[in-house]
Amino acid sequence: MNKNTSHINSLENEAIYIMREVAAQFEKPVLLFSGGKDSITLVRLAVKAFYPAKVPFPLMHIDTGHNFPETIEFRDRLVKELGLELIVRNVQDSIDQGKVKEESGRYASRNMLQTTTLLDALEEFKFDAAIGGARRDEEKARAKERIFSVRDDFGQWDEKNQRPELFDMLNGNIEHGQNVRVFPISNWTELDVWSYIEKENIEIPSIYFAHKRKVFLRDGMIWSAEDGVVYRDDNEEVIEELVRFRTVGDMSCTAAVLSDAVSISKVVQEIRESTISERGARIDDKRSEAAMEKRKQQGYF
Amino acid sequence: MEVLKIATAGSVDDGKSTLIGRILYDTKSLTTDKLEAIEKTSKQRGYDYLDFSLATDGLVAEREQGITIDVAHIYFSTAKKSYIIADTPGHVEYTRNMVTGASTSQASIILIDARKGVIEQTNRHFFINNLLRVKDIVVAINKMDLVDYSEEIYNKIKADFETLMSKRDYQGQKITFIPVSALKGDNVVNKTDKMPWYQGQTLLEHLEELDKADIFNIGTPRFPVQYVIRPKTEDFHDFRGYAGKVYGGNLSVGDDIVVLPSQTKSKIKDIYFYDEKYETASRRSSVTITLENDINVSRGDMIVKDGDLPTIDKQFTANVCWMDSTQLTAGSKYIVQHGINKVLAKVDTIHHKIHPDYSGIDTDVSGLGVNDIASITFKLNKPIFYDQFKNHRTNGSFILIDPQTNNTVGAGFIQ
Repeated sequence: MNKNTSHINSLENEAIYIMREVAAQFEKPVLLFSGGKDSITLVRLAVKAFYPAKVPFPLMHIDTGHNFPETIEFRDRLVKELGLELIVRNVQDSIDQGKVKEESGRYASRNMLQTTTLLDALEEFKFDAAIGGARRDEEKARAKERIFSVRDDFGQWDEKNQRPELFDMLNGNIEHGQNVRVFPISNWTELDVWSYIEKENIEIPSIYFAHKRKVFLRDGMIWSAEDGVVYRDDNEEVIEELVRFRTVGDMSCTAAVLSDAVSISKVVQEIRESTISERGARIDDKRSEAAMEKRKQQGYF
Repeated sequence: MEVLKIATAGSVDDGKSTLIGRILYDTKSLTTDKLEAIEKTSKQRGYDYLDFSLATDGLVAEREQGITIDVAHIYFSTAKKSYIIADTPGHVEYTRNMVTGASTSQASIILIDARKGVIEQTNRHFFINNLLRVKDIVVAINKMDLVDYSEEIYNKIKADFETLMSKRDYQGQKITFIPVSALKGDNVVNKTDKMPWYQGQTLLEHLEELDKADIFNIGTPRFPVQYVIRPKTEDFHDFRGYAGKVYGGNLSVGDDIVVLPSQTKSKIKDIYFYDEKYETASRRSSVTITLENDINVSRGDMIVKDGDLPTIDKQFTANVCWMDSTQLTAGSKYIVQHGINKVLAKVDTIHHKIHPDYSGIDTDVSGLGVNDIASITFKLNKPIFYDQFKNHRTNGSFILIDPQTNNTVGAGFIQ
């Protein structure tokens, strides 16, 4: 076995162990599913963890309303094929209810607004554990995250007072009203996720592969001009480029990268050679040095 | 070994985060955008060098105060290996985090500031690594640039550390000394010409060649049952599988086994990993096992090989590292989480408190404060199935949970 395969096997075994701890320790867990590569990987791991039984928890998508259409189409097909339960809650509803205010201007994004919709949905269904696809290699505040991360009644992360996490013993004891965010792929890197997708031959939305797209340039980044979500100045010229998306978040804060990678193996090779981090294409992380930490304190996943 | 997990230990300002940042930088693991962010912030702050700790100190409070408060996990890989470094805080208040980081690590880097030499904190770092039986220790004598790359100072520190080594319990450790400057990059990834008197490897060269013996591989197979899988579907109508992770050695189809606590005997029928059937489940694999006869097994039970039983008892004695601001006192009750098994425990006797700086023990102890380490006997409401920590890393360790707050308040190593 080469270095990479055995490394990925050990990450897979660890993630499956974590999935089973969630099912055993909590009354009502849920898996947060965005249709992106990380949550698709989580679904695969959940299916493996409980085989031949069904995954004992539903999936939930917090839909910003600004998702790439390819992602939504993929999402609905995946849950149907696997026979999983999917709950969708919409950021638009939170806006309509006056709970959050839509941002305006050049950098308007719905990414922050997701937090309110997420916390409301966790409360609505009384979910006590929410499995997410966050990885510690993504961002420096994420590098501080526990695998079982306790959030208070308000969904908040107290980054300076986290429970110690020792050996591989996961303490899921919580008070009524608290919940736990669980990150089974904490120890995976972006390259590990892609290598796993390649190894397992997992289907992913077409948006991850190179395709021709109408785009415009701003701040050195490439924005989709096709879907009418990203605010564009009249003087920002629309051009057509061969691009792919390295990360699929809310369209308003996710930039594309120039690429000719049309297969998983090409994507893996591209990531291996890249000198830019995955989050380099996420404008919401560049708002300030502590953008992610602040969002997490408020309850972002 | 698939991946090398390393924990760092050192006092405040010994340069742990800088060292890790330097490794990332010199192995070209820092992406352009992250490097630009470091350059920008270093410049804003008026530093005349790049502050690599900005790459690892992820919290606002850490960057403000210039100290590491909580463990950060850093990932990088070379052509040879993948690495996970737990960058653990060195301040005395955060000893619990050091135990946390070291609990999953195969190797530790203990940093010493060449200007200060071996200090009380160094004793503590070594003691904890010794208590946790971390196999490989690198003593990185840092900031050599600030002592004119002096061989004499290096030798003095090495000799002082060797005195410390004579006090340790666990003799199986391999200890390596490397003089470095994290700030200037001497002997971290690249060899330096500043210390011609040092003929050894750089830090990274050393890590690349570390012994492949896996600390988690010690001991015989233990299979705690995590989850019972009963699909009740047409295809798998009578399927009853026991999901869990194999600790210690391997389990194979046909093995004669005993289920604890009932001590019912059976044989392993099938080993599933997803839809594949395995002949053997190797250590640390998360498999699902079926047994030949239909016996009642539930979460918290343990499957072991026949003739290879752990100790089954309602009491045990352990070294405990206390991690909470509320005191541990004799008579108080906690939850012992031993693997996945949770039982109620009462502190029966606090035998003695151990000074983690090797200065001795206190025998007259009424309670433990945060960061105290003591030998304690616990009584349990039901038996657990344990091994000694020195014989079995997983089955010999546990955490303590405060039933009032649900917090993890201690870590224990069964004697």
